[in-house]
Amino acid sequence: MEKNKCRSCNKNIKLEIFLENLRVCPYCNNHGYINGRDRIDIIVDEGSFVELDRDMGSVDFLKFYDLKTYPDRLKEARNKSGLNEAIITGEAEIEGKGVALGVMDFSFMGGSMGSVVGEKIKNLCDLSIEKNFPLIIFSASGGARMQEGIISLMQMAKTVSSVSRVMERNNLYISVITHPTTGGVSASFSTVADIIIAEPQALFCFAGPRVVKQTMKKKIPKDFGLSERNLLNGQVDMIVNRKQLKENLSKIIRFFGDNHGS
Amino acid sequence: MDLKKLVKIPKIYLKEMINSLSKVDKLKKLHFSSGIHFSDTVDALNKKFESYSKANRESSSVWKKVQLSRNEGRPQCRDYIEGIFSDFIELSGDRLTGEDRSVISGLGRLGGKTVAVIGHNKGKNTKERIYYNFGMSIPQGYRKSQRVMKLADKFGFPIVTFIDTPGAYAGLEAEDDGQSAAIAKSIQLMFELKVPVIAVLIGEGGSGGALALAIGNEIAVMENSTYSVISPEACSAILWKDITGVKLAARALKITSMDLARLKVIDRVIKEPIGGSQNDARRMIKIIKRYISDALGRLGKCSIEELKLQRAEKFENMGFFTRKLDNKE
Repeated sequence: MEKNKCRSCNKNIKLEIFLENLRVCPYCNNHGYINGRDRIDIIVDEGSFVELDRDMGSVDFLKFYDLKTYPDRLKEARNKSGLNEAIITGEAEIEGKGVALGVMDFSFMGGSMGSVVGEKIKNLCDLSIEKNFPLIIFSASGGARMQEGIISLMQMAKTVSSVSRVMERNNLYISVITHPTTGGVSASFSTVADIIIAEPQALFCFAGPRVVKQTMKKKIPKDFGLSERNLLNGQVDMIVNRKQLKENLSKIIRFFGDNHGS
Repeated sequence: MDLKKLVKIPKIYLKEMINSLSKVDKLKKLHFSSGIHFSDTVDALNKKFESYSKANRESSSVWKKVQLSRNEGRPQCRDYIEGIFSDFIELSGDRLTGEDRSVISGLGRLGGKTVAVIGHNKGKNTKERIYYNFGMSIPQGYRKSQRVMKLADKFGFPIVTFIDTPGAYAGLEAEDDGQSAAIAKSIQLMFELKVPVIAVLIGEGGSGGALALAIGNEIAVMENSTYSVISPEACSAILWKDITGVKLAARALKITSMDLARLKVIDRVIKEPIGGSQNDARRMIKIIKRYISDALGRLGKCSIEELKLQRAEKFENMGFFTRKLDNKE
C-alpha cells in the first residue's frame, strides 16, 4: 500500500526518495500520511518506546449498524492498519528525556475517537503524572466515532479532564497537529495544550471544508483550516517540518526544567 | 417471501433485500436440480428482514422524539430564565472581539441566592431565529460564557446552563476565530470551576456545541430532549451515504432521554407534560424551577474539592471497552 503520489501537487515521487524524506513531498513540502509506528520511530530514541494498553479494544455496546456493523468496521480497520485502535500510547525517551507519548493513526477508522482512544489518553495522562514526564500527543483524526454515539462525544470531556490534570501538576503538555485534525479531537484535548505545534499544510479545524462551504453557500479560501492559516489566526504556536520535529520537541522539553522527565 | 412485506423495511435496505431474494430464488432452482441445501440462506434472509423491519418501526418513534426536541413551541432558554430567576440581568460580550446572541448569559436570583445563568436560545419565529442565529454559537459565544463562568467562580455563584443547540456554527469566520479552541477551552474551564454546575438539556443537544456548556455536577435531560455526537442528518449522509437513512441514524445513535439514562451519560430525566412541554410551558417551567432549586440544595452541601473531583471522575469514567482484545475471533 505504498502510495507515492503527492496529495497536494499530484507529482509522482520515487518511493525511495519519498521514504527517505519521511513521506514529505520533495517538490511542495506536503506532509503525507505516516503510520503511527513509523511516526514513533522518527520521534523517539531508538528502542526506548514501551507501549501501554496495547491490547485494549473497542466493544459494540450500542449494537451499531449502518450499512455495515461496527464489529465489521473494527475488524476491517484492524486488518488495514495493523493496529488495535486509533491511538498508540506509551513511554519513551526523546534525546534522553522521558516522555509520555500518544500517537493517533488516521488509518484506523479515520483516527476517530471512541472509548478506547479516551481511556488510553486517560491512562497516558496518569503515566505522565506518576513519572513526572511531559505529555506529548500527536493528533490525526476526523473527530468523534459515530458508532459509539453519545459516549464518543463524552470522550471529548474525558480527555480534556485528563490532560487538565496533567497541566495542573505543572507537567508540560505539547500537542502536535498532523493532517487532518478536526471535529471532536480538534475541539478537545488537542487544543488545550501548553504548546501547539502543527505540521505544514495539515487541516486543523472544527467543521470541515465541505460543511463550511455548505453553510456559507459560497467558495471558501484554498487555505481553509490549514496550518499556515491557523498560524496567522493565532491558533498554533509554530509550524515545524517533520524532519525537525524531534529536535524541536527536545529543545522545548529542555526549557521546562531538568526535573522534568530526567 | 411475500414481496408485499417489503414495504415494512427502510427504503435504503430495499436493494440489498431484493438482491438477496433473487439469490435465494436462484438457489431454489439449483436445489431442485442439484440437491444444494438452501434453508440456512432462507433463515438468514428472514432474520435480516425481521431486524430491518424492527429498525423501521423503532426509528419512526425515535424520529418523533427528534421532531419534538426541535419543536419551536417548546419553552426556550429565555422562557426558563424569565420564569425561574428573579431580577435577571443580562451580561453581554466576550471582552475580546464580539458578542454572540445565540448564547444568553447573566445573573439572577433564586431562593434568595445569586445564580449565574447561561444558555443557548434558538428563537421561535424566523425573525427571532435569525437574531439568535438558530442557537448555533460562534467562538465569541463560548468565550462570553467562559467570562461569565469565571465571574461566577470568583464570587461563588452556582452556575445553571440551559442547552438547546443544533451544534456550533460551521462558518469560515467562526473557524478563523478558533471555534475548536473556544469549545475545548469551555470544557476545560468547566472542570476547573469551584462552584456547583447544573446543566439542563431542554431541547436539542447538538454535539460539541452542546457539550461546551454541559460539564455539570448534575446533568438533567428533559424527557423529549436529545443529546447526540452528530445530527442524525449528518450521520446519515456520512454512514448511509444518503439522507434517507436519517431516521435509522437517529435510532442507531441512541440519542433519546431514556437511552442517555441507560448509558449513564446524564443524571436525571425530567418528565414533560403529556405530549411534550410545548403543550404546557408554564407547568414545564415550574417543574424545572423545582428541579434546579432541589439540585442547588443538594450541591450546596459539597466542598469545592468534592465538586471538582465529582465532575472529573464522572466524565473520566465514561466509556466501554475491553482491556484484552481477542484478535482471533
